[in-house]
Amino acid sequence: MSRIVGIDLGTTNSLVAYVDDTGLPVVMPDPDGRRLLPSIVAFTPEGILVGEGARRQLARRPADTVYSVKRLMGRGWEDVKDELRYLPFRVLPAEGIVKLAVGGREVTPPEVSAVVLRALKERAEAHLGEPVERAVVTVPAYFNDSQRQATKDAGRIAGLDVLRIVNEPTAASLAYGLHRLGQGVVAVYDLGGGTFDISILRVKDGIFEVLATSGDTHLGGDDVDRALMLWLLDDLRARHPAELARDGDPADDPEAVQELRLAAEAAKIRLSSDEATTLTLPFSGFTYRRTITRAEIEALVEPLVARTLGPCRQALADAGLSPGDIDEVVLVGGSTRVPLVRRRVQELFGRTPHSQLDPDEVVAMGAAVQAQILAGGITDMLLLDVTPLSLGIETLGGIVSVLIARNTTIPTSAREMFTTSVDGQTVVDLHVVQGERELAKDCRSLARFELRGIEPMPAGLPKIEVTFLIDANGILQVQAREQRTGKAASIEVRPSYGLTDADVERMVEDSFTYAEADVETRLLIETRNEADTVLTHVARALGQAGPLVGPEERATIEAAVEALRAARAGADRDAIRERTTELNRATEGLAERMMDAALKGALGTRRADQIMDGV
Amino acid sequence: MSDFFAVFGLERRLAIDVAALQRRFYELSRRWHPDFHQAAPAEEQARALAESARVNAAYRVLRDPLARVEYLIRLEEGRDTKEGAAVKPAAPPALLAEMFEIQEALEEARAGALDEATRASLAAQQDALQARLAETEARIVGPLSEAWDAAALAQRSAALEQLKEALATRAYLRTVIDDLGAALGGAEGERHVAHRRD
Repeated sequence: MSRIVGIDLGTTNSLVAYVDDTGLPVVMPDPDGRRLLPSIVAFTPEGILVGEGARRQLARRPADTVYSVKRLMGRGWEDVKDELRYLPFRVLPAEGIVKLAVGGREVTPPEVSAVVLRALKERAEAHLGEPVERAVVTVPAYFNDSQRQATKDAGRIAGLDVLRIVNEPTAASLAYGLHRLGQGVVAVYDLGGGTFDISILRVKDGIFEVLATSGDTHLGGDDVDRALMLWLLDDLRARHPAELARDGDPADDPEAVQELRLAAEAAKIRLSSDEATTLTLPFSGFTYRRTITRAEIEALVEPLVARTLGPCRQALADAGLSPGDIDEVVLVGGSTRVPLVRRRVQELFGRTPHSQLDPDEVVAMGAAVQAQILAGGITDMLLLDVTPLSLGIETLGGIVSVLIARNTTIPTSAREMFTTSVDGQTVVDLHVVQGERELAKDCRSLARFELRGIEPMPAGLPKIEVTFLIDANGILQVQAREQRTGKAASIEVRPSYGLTDADVERMVEDSFTYAEADVETRLLIETRNEADTVLTHVARALGQAGPLVGPEERATIEAAVEALRAARAGADRDAIRERTTELNRATEGLAERMMDAALKGALGTRRADQIMDGV
Repeated sequence: MSDFFAVFGLERRLAIDVAALQRRFYELSRRWHPDFHQAAPAEEQARALAESARVNAAYRVLRDPLARVEYLIRLEEGRDTKEGAAVKPAAPPALLAEMFEIQEALEEARAGALDEATRASLAAQQDALQARLAETEARIVGPLSEAWDAAALAQRSAALEQLKEALATRAYLRTVIDDLGAALGGAEGERHVAHRRD
């Protein structure tokens, strides 16, 4: 049997890990040693790019480069339409789902996630030297049924058998394992790129029993980036009104919005270690330069952290505990690097949180541990997870009758009897919803079921027993049986959100036909893209350098440019890479002088990234 | 009909050693959880899934003394599902006059008229009802449960009736407390959660 790997399919980054022969979970890097794969997919005319290669397309092809697609998984138009304004790619409503119009075709969120999963699959295969077909994939604990199903679909499209969907915070607790966590009650605070989860567990004798979980599937680092970006936009408008009046508002320019967002994200990350940071963005005719302090970003982060406290209290209440009952606190997710987040968590629980394991890697490591449990390689640990949302059916008057309450340990099942209301009725409609509200219309519609083939009888006489089972993945299965006749009633399921089995089958086929170009081609595209980036920057630098570059140096650089152009036209990857390195070397001196000049504020229009790239 | 007491090898009694129940729950989980049957034939996997779902459902009901009582009533009445729940909210006769006043004040509150004095009196009522709720619950899991356990077979149905009455009072009190909370502008978001727990 092939190995089972653990995958963290994140909003911002994704990782793949396995448990090695010594029994420790290990994150598998790519050939260049990178452990995180940016969850970004670019649909270019030359083919599909994923990860770092796609990240470089963010500002270049904003309309065809998809990021944070996890926020769209298993969601309908009504769920997401309000947050699309600042997404540079087009999102379209479709039946029960949304589609993305990118690279001249329409794709669904699971297909985009499948590209990321396939890249991780290939990475694992290269690392292990054997085919990888089975995986454990993590999702936010607060994901509903449709979001979990969409994640499973993505796996299938990528050619992976997803043996188990595991909740991210509980996976993290498995990674901390038995030797780092004592026996007792553990709170896992997981603030990632796009989602927030809190889980309360009891760890005892190798059993990791989740007592309660809560969260917000639309809250994370992305929101900080967006808040900072909007703040920068306002600041920019206040400082450069004349220039913007002349050139137009940057909010209307997708490339400028992306540049601002990326600059905001980078500044946010720097501010976790620095007290202040300066951001420099070139616009035509002027440069926007702004120093941001820790206090300024904390004012933007504070309301988001405050939103995490409600779910924390709810989870504690559901577990029947108070903050003082928590023995240990574990931090997960890149956003927990923000000092303010750590302070607030510490205040809430009155405990110094654990952060020995990298908050970006701990979920993938936990997924690998769960994979090893499924493979039979670990027998002393067992995770007992819960369903995050109550499951019910719509009854008369639109009221929800709860069949399975939230925070019930899974797998679990509930049985209910249904009957007919009209003489001779042969079909009964059921509407299954998920959520905590009293009215079905306020809950999440999961599916509509039709119980068919009921023998014609007087109203109220048939007794149809329906069993709702939530499996260990947190996904619903339904069975029905007419009790009087003992016949299994047939059920037709129409999922309210998501793909049908036939859709997924077709996508599996499609993924082979328009799968991204083979590895060689992809690497060539990436190398060419790198060359393009350098060429663009050098051209711009030469145009702006003025007296900073002497005639001799200029001639050397131009020769290197020509050499790279010639190499780029060919298909020899190594040649392109070498010429790129040579061009970089030829411009090193100039880059330094321009950096100095920029720091002195002597230059008018310069790009921060140009300087950093050493051009 | 599956008997949750039998899942844990217990007699049909309301007094349960919760620590022992948890140990047994962990043992049964280790035995049946699907994680440990991943490589088994499909039939065995289905059995593990069904058994582990049953163990989880049984543990959830039995570990909570109030849920345990509600379950026992269903079991004794031979009802397999929650359909036609026997326990309907009912006002305790001793409280009828008080309840009438509260309902009137609530009507006014819904009409938008809630002066400070009424507000203060409603808040006091809410506190008083909370105390009564706690007392009712203590009576259910305490003396009334013990009475059922101790009752000879012939007296069991009378003991069961008492439990049902107390549960009906409890359901009623919770509804009124929720309504008061809503009228007083309490946490609206938390409210529906409160009486969703059963």
